[in-house]
Amino acid sequence: MKNADDQEARRTLTRRALMLGSAQFVLTGALIVRLHHLQVTESDNYQGLSEDNQFDIVVVPVSRGAVRDRQGRGLAVNRDLFRISVIAERTENLQWTLQQLRELIVHREFDAEPVLRSAAERKNRFQPIVVVDGLSRRDVARIAVRAPYMPGIRIEVGRSRHYPYGESAVHVTGYVAPVSVTELSDDPALGLPGARIGKSGIEHFFETALRGISGRRQVEVNAVGQWIRELPVEDGASGANLTLTLDAELQQQASLWLERGAARVVPRDSRAARRAFDGQRSPELGLAAGHGLVNLDAGGALAPPESGAAIVMDIHRGEVLALASTPGFDPNAFNKGLTPRDWNRLLSNRRSPMINKAIAGWYPPGSTFKPVVCLAALANRVVSVDEKVDCQGFMELGDSRFHCWHPVGHGPVNMEEALEQSCDVYFYELARRLGIGPIADMARRFGFGDTLGIELPGERSGLVPGEEWKRAKYGEPWQEGETLISGIGQGFLLATPLQMVTMMARLANGARAVVPRLVLDEQARSVSFGRLGIPKDHLAVVMRGLWRAVNGFRATAASIRDRQLGFEIAGKTGSVQVRRITAKERRTGKLRNEDLPRDQRDHALFVGVAPADRPAYATCVLIEHGGSGGSVAAPIAAEILARTIRNTVASGSPRVIPLPQLAPKRDDAT
Amino acid sequence: MSRLEAEQFGPEAPGPLQKLATLNWGLVAIVVLIAAIGCATLYSAGQGSWDPWAMQQALRFTVGLALAFGIALVDIRLLLNSAYPVYAVTLLLVVAVEFFGEIGKGAQRWIDLGVVQLQPSELMKVVMVMVLARHFHGMTRERIGRVVPLLLPLALVLVPVFLIFRQPDFGTAALILCGAGTMFFLAGVRLWKFLLVLVVMVGSVPLVWLTLEDYQKERIETFLDPGRDPLGSGYHITQSKIALGSGGLFGKGFLQGSQSRLNFLPEKQTDFAFTLYAEEFGLMGALFLLVLFALVVAFACIIGMRAGSQFARLLALGAGMTVFLYVFVNVGMVTGLIPVVGAPLPLISYGGTAMITFMIAIGFMVSAHVHRDVPIGRQTGEGL
Repeated sequence: MKNADDQEARRTLTRRALMLGSAQFVLTGALIVRLHHLQVTESDNYQGLSEDNQFDIVVVPVSRGAVRDRQGRGLAVNRDLFRISVIAERTENLQWTLQQLRELIVHREFDAEPVLRSAAERKNRFQPIVVVDGLSRRDVARIAVRAPYMPGIRIEVGRSRHYPYGESAVHVTGYVAPVSVTELSDDPALGLPGARIGKSGIEHFFETALRGISGRRQVEVNAVGQWIRELPVEDGASGANLTLTLDAELQQQASLWLERGAARVVPRDSRAARRAFDGQRSPELGLAAGHGLVNLDAGGALAPPESGAAIVMDIHRGEVLALASTPGFDPNAFNKGLTPRDWNRLLSNRRSPMINKAIAGWYPPGSTFKPVVCLAALANRVVSVDEKVDCQGFMELGDSRFHCWHPVGHGPVNMEEALEQSCDVYFYELARRLGIGPIADMARRFGFGDTLGIELPGERSGLVPGEEWKRAKYGEPWQEGETLISGIGQGFLLATPLQMVTMMARLANGARAVVPRLVLDEQARSVSFGRLGIPKDHLAVVMRGLWRAVNGFRATAASIRDRQLGFEIAGKTGSVQVRRITAKERRTGKLRNEDLPRDQRDHALFVGVAPADRPAYATCVLIEHGGSGGSVAAPIAAEILARTIRNTVASGSPRVIPLPQLAPKRDDAT
Repeated sequence: MSRLEAEQFGPEAPGPLQKLATLNWGLVAIVVLIAAIGCATLYSAGQGSWDPWAMQQALRFTVGLALAFGIALVDIRLLLNSAYPVYAVTLLLVVAVEFFGEIGKGAQRWIDLGVVQLQPSELMKVVMVMVLARHFHGMTRERIGRVVPLLLPLALVLVPVFLIFRQPDFGTAALILCGAGTMFFLAGVRLWKFLLVLVVMVGSVPLVWLTLEDYQKERIETFLDPGRDPLGSGYHITQSKIALGSGGLFGKGFLQGSQSRLNFLPEKQTDFAFTLYAEEFGLMGALFLLVLFALVVAFACIIGMRAGSQFARLLALGAGMTVFLYVFVNVGMVTGLIPVVGAPLPLISYGGTAMITFMIAIGFMVSAHVHRDVPIGRQTGEGL
């Protein structure tokens, strides 16, 4: 019976052992399925995670490309900069270390609080934390001596952008500043602490090329972030160096002359300047005294620097030798980090230092537009070269009178004489005969109404009006009076100084469609620009008119006629009205510019080429609300052109400019 | 005892040398192979060094193997007779932990015997198998079929389980309960009683919950949901899964496991040693090791079903179940299949108690094999 009982127990046990075995089999199967899922199905995913664990990608920044002028002078270069960082894990006492640093760094204040907070928050205690940036070599030397006694301290050499020509070239070079959130892209270099990005100018336009490709290094790290070993993976490529067509010295001079305008300039620490400082304080001076000079007006009072633009351009190749816009600002200040106060001052300055007026300022071209009207009239055969128009000081159209700048009129003038004296009535007549369409067509051929594609961000297109444009914009038909004032470059017509200098270049180079460029490119030098299809004799008449506008007996730019420059200039003045002159003012006698509030004064404008007999360089000078183009802008243009030609000869530039001895065929004109 | 059996084997049990010849050498070879893998894994965990774990583990295995041989070669009836005293001593040790235990790893699990730190709760896993095998061996099927006679073995289980639960070590308590349940099942306890116990346990959960201290509740909640503590066990499991998954089919190669070498994998030499092994040898290596363990369990099943006495049968099958639970719980944990319980993988994980416990279980299996034809009476005196 006991045996039977045992047999029964054994049967039960065997049955249940088999059940148990099956259960174990199924559970083991579950383990295997799970392992298969992890190690085969999801393996790639986990491999990635494992590598993320194992390796940190360290971005190795490369140096930003330098920007140089045509002579190799640095416009935007890199300078050494020292940074102190601390590895919290390696310090004995972070607070003590920071206190020591504070005593050693005399010239810079720094706040220990953010460092301590960042050290406390960081999971990876081996990651260096930046304590203070942008130190001088002298400060660093003091720390380096003490470094062995302060474990955890790291001295790093960084590179900082430096602009040797500062505010004179800022509208070309632009500036770099810390990367903002919206500018972050796939490039990991932008995420590095201390990363800089081009915000304007060449720095912005060629950002990608200048930045280069950052190197990447894989670093094997353990669970607490300690570096185990480094595996070099990718070498970066340094940023490309750029050589500009700019002549930095000319650029600086042009900028200085612009700021000075017609004022007297004295060194900032001179007695006259100090006396003026005691007399008045102008809030705009703070940013304008970058050259160490101040403007004094006729009464000896402080005058803010003039705002304006000046461009010098090689008329055959389009190379821009100077492109100044004043007032400027110090690009180095942005790199260091601008205080909110300085930033607000820049933004609120009424002379808009942040705007590159040479490419983004819109102005009516005024009388400088008259050569274009001449060519349109000749091309459309509405006038002959010798036909005289009688100027009585005004022209009547319906009920309206359109006045010449000359109160009593120029009398009968032909085309050259009209250009020489800038007779408005002559051009009212041409415009009346042409209508707006042909004028607009010719304007576009000379570069107005669209961007020219210079290698700078923010170039604006200006405006060439037309009948359809006005209907679309205002829903009103075009008025004939508007055609008339377009004939003297006023009204709706708007142009940038860059377009005006390009117009001048195209007039002087035999009507080739030259475009301005800033990057010196040997290959592009031999490119010849297409013809605009203007007959040579038409151009010759206009160029003679422009020669007479500077050198003629009744020249509007007579102020520079008698200068002994060694060459002659051909050009055109413009005094651009920014307000309507009332009938009452006409009766009482025209108000002098000097008697008006600044923002009602004319813009002073001059476009010209030199040397007049074999033109090589064109310039455009604009002083906002500067008054008369002939007396304010033309002298600056003459200085700029003289300097341009002198520099070109001095630098032994491949194309030697022969200094002309003779004036062009003057007898032809009369 | 039947005459037939007496004639076959004689009244005297075979001597040790005779037994050595009948040893299950296949099983021993598998165990040695597993231990070799364990030493290699710990060699890798020590960054390619015998120090500090691999050499120690090898020495312990030698001791464990000797212990297993000892258990296998002594007369099985000695095991039967000593079951209750051994149980009593182990229970005393569990109680002692309550009073003298070192505070280690947040739970009172260790008792310091000078040479080794002993974990009585771990030991209880095999002792429970032995005592229940002894107890059910002495019960007739008729008694097993009733309710009241089952109360004593139930008490044998619940007293240590309760104490270990209090330590608190929920993982080990649950595993002992599970192993003991298997013993009841194999002994032939009616299935409806298991259901009843299950219902009672579920029903008593709120009651037990009320008696617990706050920190104990906290611990149980973390056990059930590791996500509550992402930097604790949640981090462990995440890193373990990354290590396993990145190992792929064939692994990163011996000593090439980046997760463990760079310390991303926590507890790599103890609870997560299997992960380290599977990171370096891949799914193929993991399957190989699992097959070895499965063979051990299969041996236990075959031995158990062939053994002549209920004691030997229960002893072998219970030991097999203990091995299975160890492997399933550890591998299930490191693969994220079940919650983290802090259970080692015997022979692979560095640790003395698990090794000893495992080798005792192996000793039980081999003993049941060697003494498969030894008849044992219901009570101790018979057959001896």
